Amino acid sequence: MTAKDQIKDTVTKNDVVLFMKGTKSMPQCGFSSRVAGVLNYIGVDFADVNVLADEGIRQGIKDYSDWPTIPQLYVKGEFVGGCDIITEMTLSGELDALFDAKGVSYNKDAAKKIREANG
Amino acid sequence: MQLATEMRDRLTAAFAPSRLEVIDESEDHRGHAGYREGGKTHWRIVITAPELGPMTRVARHRAIYAALGPDIIGTIHALAIDAD
Repeated sequence: MTAKDQIKDTVTKNDVVLFMKGTKSMPQCGFSSRVAGVLNYIGVDFADVNVLADEGIRQGIKDYSDWPTIPQLYVKGEFVGGCDIITEMTLSGELDALFDAKGVSYNKDAAKKIREANG
Repeated sequence: MQLATEMRDRLTAAFAPSRLEVIDESEDHRGHAGYREGGKTHWRIVITAPELGPMTRVARHRAIYAALGPDIIGTIHALAIDAD
């Protein structure tokens, strides 16, 4: 399977996927860590793909989304954004709205707590 | 080439921004992955431009990446963008 097919397969089979440096339990980059931390905190069930473990995926994911940086978040097969965008969307409530619209379950109270702590 | 100047020039040419700051934050990331001695690895751009305002977040970031060009994007480790 080519890297592109592998990526397509992963984002199709999992509702929420984070392509990141390291894993959700052991991130290896501050930006990946921040996004994984938000998803963990608000209780989103997501698949993590460690791009450092596979050079083909590391380059492939940048080509797939036409986006030059890692991390990259996908929800129901659609690219949502990187670290800045996910942070902004978390604080504005847009991420909640996206999860609501896509039928992804998460803890609304935890999301609210993040906003209160950063308001 | 002064990287900060080059970034400023390219963003100015592309967007004629009313506000533009190009900040080297590399020292904040000393010791982290991607840091290189001498800095110029971790950048923050604060930009306000009429063209960027109505775009979606993803479109806005893509436009900024495109304006900077693959040669600059390829040499830096991190780029934080505050845009509107």
